Amino acid sequence: MIKKSPNTIRTKGSARAAKRSIPALAAVMLLLAVWQLVSSCGLVPGYMLPSPVQVVQAFIQERTLLWQHSVITLQEAFIGLALGVLTGFIFAVLMDTCEVLYRAFYPILVITQTVPTVAIAPLLVLWFGYEMTPKIILIVLVTFFPVTVGLLDGFRSADQDAIGLLRSMGAGRWQIFRYIKFPSALPQFFSALRIAAAYSVVGAVISEWLGGFGGLGVYMTRVKKAFAFDKMFAVILLISAISLLLMALVDLAERKCMPYRRLQDNEQKKA
Amino acid sequence: MTTPTKLEVCHVSKSFDGRPILQDISITLHEGELVCLLGISGSGKSTLFNIISGLMQPDSGRILLDGRDVTGRPGHVSYMLQKDLLLPYRTIQDNVALPLLLRGEDKKTARAHASAMFDEFGLPGTEQQYPAQLSGGMRQRAALLRTYLFSQDVALLDEPFSALDTLTKSSIHRWYLDVMEHIRLSTFFITHDIDEAILLSDRIYLLTGSPGRITDEIIIRHPRPRSTDFSLTADFLTYKKQILARL
Repeated sequence: MIKKSPNTIRTKGSARAAKRSIPALAAVMLLLAVWQLVSSCGLVPGYMLPSPVQVVQAFIQERTLLWQHSVITLQEAFIGLALGVLTGFIFAVLMDTCEVLYRAFYPILVITQTVPTVAIAPLLVLWFGYEMTPKIILIVLVTFFPVTVGLLDGFRSADQDAIGLLRSMGAGRWQIFRYIKFPSALPQFFSALRIAAAYSVVGAVISEWLGGFGGLGVYMTRVKKAFAFDKMFAVILLISAISLLLMALVDLAERKCMPYRRLQDNEQKKA
Repeated sequence: MTTPTKLEVCHVSKSFDGRPILQDISITLHEGELVCLLGISGSGKSTLFNIISGLMQPDSGRILLDGRDVTGRPGHVSYMLQKDLLLPYRTIQDNVALPLLLRGEDKKTARAHASAMFDEFGLPGTEQQYPAQLSGGMRQRAALLRTYLFSQDVALLDEPFSALDTLTKSSIHRWYLDVMEHIRLSTFFITHDIDEAILLSDRIYLLTGSPGRITDEIIIRHPRPRSTDFSLTADFLTYKKQILARL
C-alpha cells in the first residue's frame, strides 16, 4: 500500500526533465549559429546587427559597468517586488474576508492594470523625482495585481468541505486561513509570483529609461545614444538572464514550499 | 442498555426554503455504542449530521452531549465523510494532528500524540507521507484517526467507506471492528448499505421518507468482538430480512 519514496521520484523526474529540454537547447544553438552566419557573411552591416561573438566581447569588456548598473536595477526590482507582493497579499486577504470590499475594489484594481506602464512612468518621475521612489512605486503597481488575483482565486478554490470539517473541530477564522485557505492558494500564488518577478525587472528598466542616475535602463539609453549596438545587445541579454534567474528562484522556492505537488502529479500520471 | 447516555438528539426538525427535510428526530447514543442511521439517499441523513456537529442550527429541537446543550455550537463533535478530506499539502502525521493543533497543542506534542496512535490504526510508517501516496483505504484510516484524535467521545461517520471498492471495503470493515474493540468510540454511523449496518452496529435506526423520520429501531444482539464471518450466518440474514421488510 505504501508507494515509492519521494527521493526516487525526484531523481527520475530531473533526469526526465533534462531529456525533455534537449530540443529547446538544440533550437537555441541553431538560432545562434544562423545569427553568427548572417553577421559574418555581411548580410546585415556589423554596426546594426553585431554577431553573437561581438556581443559576448562587449559583455566581457563592459562587465564592471554592467555589474554596477545591475545592482541598482536589482535593488529596485527586489524592493518593488517585495512591496508589491505584500500589497497584493493585504488586498487579497481583505477582499477575501469582506465581500463588500471585494465588490468595491476589484473593478478599480482591474482599471489600474489597463493604464499602460510607459504612460504613468513619466508622471511618477515628475511627482517623485529621479531617485528610487518613483521606480519602486511603478514596480509595486505592476506586480501587486497578479499577486492579488492569484491569491484571491486560490482562497476561493479552497475545499468548502474541508473548511466545514475544521469548523466542526472548533477552528476559528484565523485557523481556517492558516490551515486551509493559505496553503490552498500557494499554487496560484507561485504562478502569480513568477509573473510578478519578470514584471519587476522590466518595470525597473522602463522606469529607468524615463529618468534616473543609474541602472540597466539608464545604461541602455546611454549606449543607444552612442549607437553601440553590441553593448545594447549585451544589456538586453543581461536583462533576460536576470528575469530568467528570478523566475528560476521562484520555481525553486515553489518546489521547497510544496514538495507534495510533484507526488500528486506523479500519482495522476500513473492513474 | 445500562451504560450512560452520551449524545441525545431531542425532537430535531429542519426545513430548507419551506421544504421539510427532517421531522421530529429523536435518537440517543450510549457510551461506547455504535449506532447506525440507515436510510435511502435524500432522507436528510447528512443534514442531521450537520446539525449534530453544530455546523447547522435546527429549526426546533436540541442536541445534548453528556447532558449539556450544544445545539448549533461546533467544536464538540467531529465527523468523517466519504471524502477523506485529508489536506494534500500536509503529511499524514500533520493531517491527523490537526485537531490537536486547533485545540492549541504545540506542534511537537501534537505530533507525538498523533504518532503514538499510528500502529493501532494500521498506519505504521506513513507518518511522513503525503495523502497522494496512500491508497483510498489507508486514507480513510487516517481520516478516522484524525476524527478520533479530535474527540475520544463521539464520532459521526457519514458513509465513510462507501467510496471504496468491495474488497477494500471488506478489509476495512475487519480493521474497523478490530480498532473499535480497542478504543470503544461512541459512534453514529450513516450508511445506505444494509450489510454494513448489521455487521458494524449495536443498534440501527431506520430513517425513511421525505421529510426524514425515524421509523424503526433494530437492536443487533450479536456479541462483540465480531468478525466479518457474522455476515455469513443465518442470524445476519434474519436481521437483513427484517430491515428490508421495514424500509
